[in-house]
Amino acid sequence: MPDEGQTTLARMRAGQSGIVVQLQGGFGMVNRLSALGIIPGKRITKISATLMRGPVTVEVDRARLAIGFGMASRILVQLDE
Amino acid sequence: MKILLMGNPNVGKSVLFSRLTGVRVIVSNYPGTTVSYTRGETKMGEDTAEVIDVPGTYTLEPTSEAEEVASEMLHTGDVVVNVVNATNLERNLYLTLQLLEKDVPVVVALNMWDDTKHEGININLDKLRELLGVPVIPTVAVTGEGIKALVENIPRATSPHLPLRRRDQRWAAVGRIIDQVQHVTHRHHTWWERLADASVKPLSGGIIALAVLAVSFIVVRFIGESLIGYVFDPLFNNLWAPVLMKLSAILQGGGFLHDIVIGKLIGGQVDFVQSFGLLSGGLYIPFAMVLPYVVSFYLVLSLLEDVGYLPRLAVMVDTIMHRLGLHGYAIIPTLLGFGCNVPAVMATRILESKRERFIAATLISIAIPCAALQAMIFGLVGARGAQYVVIVYGTLFVVWIILGTILRLSVRGFTPELLIEIPPYRLPQWRAMLQKVWMRVYGFLAEAIPIILGAVLVINVLYFLGVFEAIANFTAPVVTNFLGLPKEAVTAVVIGFLRKDVALGMLAPLALSTKQLVVGSVVLAMFFPCIATFVVLLRELGVVDMLKSTGIMIVAALITGGILNLVLG
Repeated sequence: MPDEGQTTLARMRAGQSGIVVQLQGGFGMVNRLSALGIIPGKRITKISATLMRGPVTVEVDRARLAIGFGMASRILVQLDE
Repeated sequence: MKILLMGNPNVGKSVLFSRLTGVRVIVSNYPGTTVSYTRGETKMGEDTAEVIDVPGTYTLEPTSEAEEVASEMLHTGDVVVNVVNATNLERNLYLTLQLLEKDVPVVVALNMWDDTKHEGININLDKLRELLGVPVIPTVAVTGEGIKALVENIPRATSPHLPLRRRDQRWAAVGRIIDQVQHVTHRHHTWWERLADASVKPLSGGIIALAVLAVSFIVVRFIGESLIGYVFDPLFNNLWAPVLMKLSAILQGGGFLHDIVIGKLIGGQVDFVQSFGLLSGGLYIPFAMVLPYVVSFYLVLSLLEDVGYLPRLAVMVDTIMHRLGLHGYAIIPTLLGFGCNVPAVMATRILESKRERFIAATLISIAIPCAALQAMIFGLVGARGAQYVVIVYGTLFVVWIILGTILRLSVRGFTPELLIEIPPYRLPQWRAMLQKVWMRVYGFLAEAIPIILGAVLVINVLYFLGVFEAIANFTAPVVTNFLGLPKEAVTAVVIGFLRKDVALGMLAPLALSTKQLVVGSVVLAMFFPCIATFVVLLRELGVVDMLKSTGIMIVAALITGGILNLVLG
């Protein structure tokens, strides 16, 4: 179970921000995400989601990224107070 | 000397490339891959140096085929110009640090320097130079600012041989550099950024996507049809036809050689659509029927790409495409298919896995009608009533969805999830954009024309030998009983192998009922792709997968035709 105040990127609401805590995936997923700067400790803001479990859009390091829903649900985020 | 331009995608690398190089630019395919890169030359004082636009990469620990190519090419260069997006230093410096760990001289081009000012970003250049240990030159590729200084500093490129780091250590090092050199003041959202966000939200994004697609479609058809009507048709009819008629007289108006070179005369005249000779249809098809749509499509596609809309479109359609075993980006070859299936199948190269390329190419050649075919559908079926055109398109769309779902469930492997950067909207740079359009059109011509000419030659010989007649007789029972079409329609279906629109035209004089016409149109659209597409499929997929794709095609066309025949009956 995630700690209090933690959720996945997929579950975050548009506009919420937080700090990436953990990437719960295999080597391939961690490799792809970290190449784009999504690593534990990074600030992340959710911009929007698409319908029917489509990709979510986020802002990291002043850049916007679209992340597939499956991956987004394996990115654990500590929400801001 | 060999200069490599390396950097993340969307940092203005290609614009910088077109600033550095002249008009003599070559696109090559990296051996053994589907990844292409661009080469050109630049003046370095007295000497000329080779400049290579390496595919964009975020890391030297490759996560895709393009990134593998990028890290392999690194070993072939003498100097690396690392193009960095100054408005996004954090992410870009990761690759920079990786490059500085290698044994290759590096100079950093801090591109989009002008944007840092209005985005409230302050970068301490001297400090950055000191921390990196290599020359750092601010540039604005779109205006040419700083390019001269960059070229002058290429000989001063050095390698600081930074210690090899682990990934987390490297990110920590990036963090320390950022803390020391970058200071960000307030930042308010601009009008562009609001629009940028609106185009990936469910409702507004969907509306924008539909509007962009509709406008693109109209523009592509308008430019394509204008090129055909005002440029290529007059050229062929007024200049080329008289030459062919003279040649025809020399060849005594008939015989084997005449039929191969000029084709059959229709009513004593060369008919570019129906005379299927090397110098008539063989030239007319690629130049006057396909090329205009290729040009107009690439113009629109490159514009959407340079403005930054394509990644957003990929995000919006990703959910649907994943149901078909594809990835959001597969929308690009699919759209291209509505112009012409040949470049569409070629464009499936942008997809990552072999599985996706197979599914995309198969779906395109079965369910996406090309412009020539669509014109015939509108003309023939439309004459019986608009609702029948809707039935034809609706059937093809349902086939696209169902067949895609079946392929997703049955083709082995998996489709990687979408993970892409969404760059901010930018005004397109005409010079770089037109250069890109030209390279793409040239690439199409160089690849497609030999294929089409070769195919016309082979088909003509087979036709002459009576092979097609034999096929027609052999398949007649299926066509008449199962699809409910008259026996004469068999020839049309077989001719469909050569030219689908011509085949559809052959249905016209058969006095078909409306139902028969609808069934015939759908079957022809789905059945064997035209010969040019067929050969491209062979090239892109290989023999085994092409045969599989063809098998799927025949089965799908027959089943769909049979069902339609029952339902409409």
